[in-house]
Amino acid sequence: MSRSPGRKQENHKISRELFVLTYGALVAQLCKEYEKDEDVNACLDRMGYSIGIRLIDDFLARSAVRKCRSYSETADMIAQVAFKMYLGVTPSVSCNSVTGNEFSLILDKNPLVDFVEELPAERASLCYCNLLCGVIRGALEMVHLAAEVSFLQDRLKGDAVTEIGITFLRKPEDRRHRRN
Amino acid sequence: MDSRFPRGKSPVLERALGRPRSELSLAAFALLFSELVQYCQRRVASVAELQARLAQLGHHVGLRALDALVARERPGRRETKVLGVLLFVKGPLWRALFGREADKLEQANDDERTFYVIEREPVVNTFVSVPRENSSLNCAAFAAGLLEAVLGAAGFPARVSAHWHKGTTLMIKFDEAVIARDKSLEGR
Repeated sequence: MSRSPGRKQENHKISRELFVLTYGALVAQLCKEYEKDEDVNACLDRMGYSIGIRLIDDFLARSAVRKCRSYSETADMIAQVAFKMYLGVTPSVSCNSVTGNEFSLILDKNPLVDFVEELPAERASLCYCNLLCGVIRGALEMVHLAAEVSFLQDRLKGDAVTEIGITFLRKPEDRRHRRN
Repeated sequence: MDSRFPRGKSPVLERALGRPRSELSLAAFALLFSELVQYCQRRVASVAELQARLAQLGHHVGLRALDALVARERPGRRETKVLGVLLFVKGPLWRALFGREADKLEQANDDERTFYVIEREPVVNTFVSVPRENSSLNCAAFAAGLLEAVLGAAGFPARVSAHWHKGTTLMIKFDEAVIARDKSLEGR
């Protein structure tokens, strides 16, 4: 890419509407091409994964955060720094299990569904924001944290809130023995 | 409407149409756009088809962006002249979607139906590098589809295509009926 040196990027921001509508166009296109909701969900998850493995670089470069020492710090980092940086919202974090490796992010406001009122009747099990799950999973994998991420509750499907569940797949004690 | 989800007033529909509340990071959009392009690329066999797919996605976006934007920027008035709608596109529309106005708006010397919106570096192409074998690919086809949808929905049907010229040029070719109508409006 040729870019004259010394010319700084004037504008690192784009309009929220453009982003949200582009995401909607993507989901609509996938719905046209795949009949089953599970296929659309899987495709969104895959795309989110490829975005996540690259997003983590941008995140680490721009936020210059310290290394997280525990899973709960990691979950807090995702909610308070990463979500704020890329979507402009701050979900609240809660820990779901005594072992300390299951967390939930509760999204009060979700910009991706700014223009979505409800899911069509024939797409009742579509996870509209499944891209987010893939992004989180991909980003975590690039920092050597294997995790399973999925939607536990979804406002579009009639639940009260939108909740993303993150389950870290290694026991917390293992991390203490790793020499990084 | 079936009452699958019994609930009160829908928050989305009740929201006021004020100024857009926030902007999001370019990186997020760039990555999403790159996935979009890769997804389309896997399903097509030629550059022209890829551009057509991107234009279709842009179409989807443009249709939905127009109403809210017009309600905010031009309340109570509708553009009826070609020049008016083109200035609206170059200024408020581009600024609302891409954060800055388009660089230039020109009319073709020999054809009164053809106009050009020129941008040195379109926002959608910020992180796109085109390999030599696909050198005719311009991902601003997304913006072209968006513009085509906007003009069509505003009552000025046109064909819009993206070209590599002075940066990126979106060539707008209005239908005959639009120009004829514009002429008769001026004559009135």
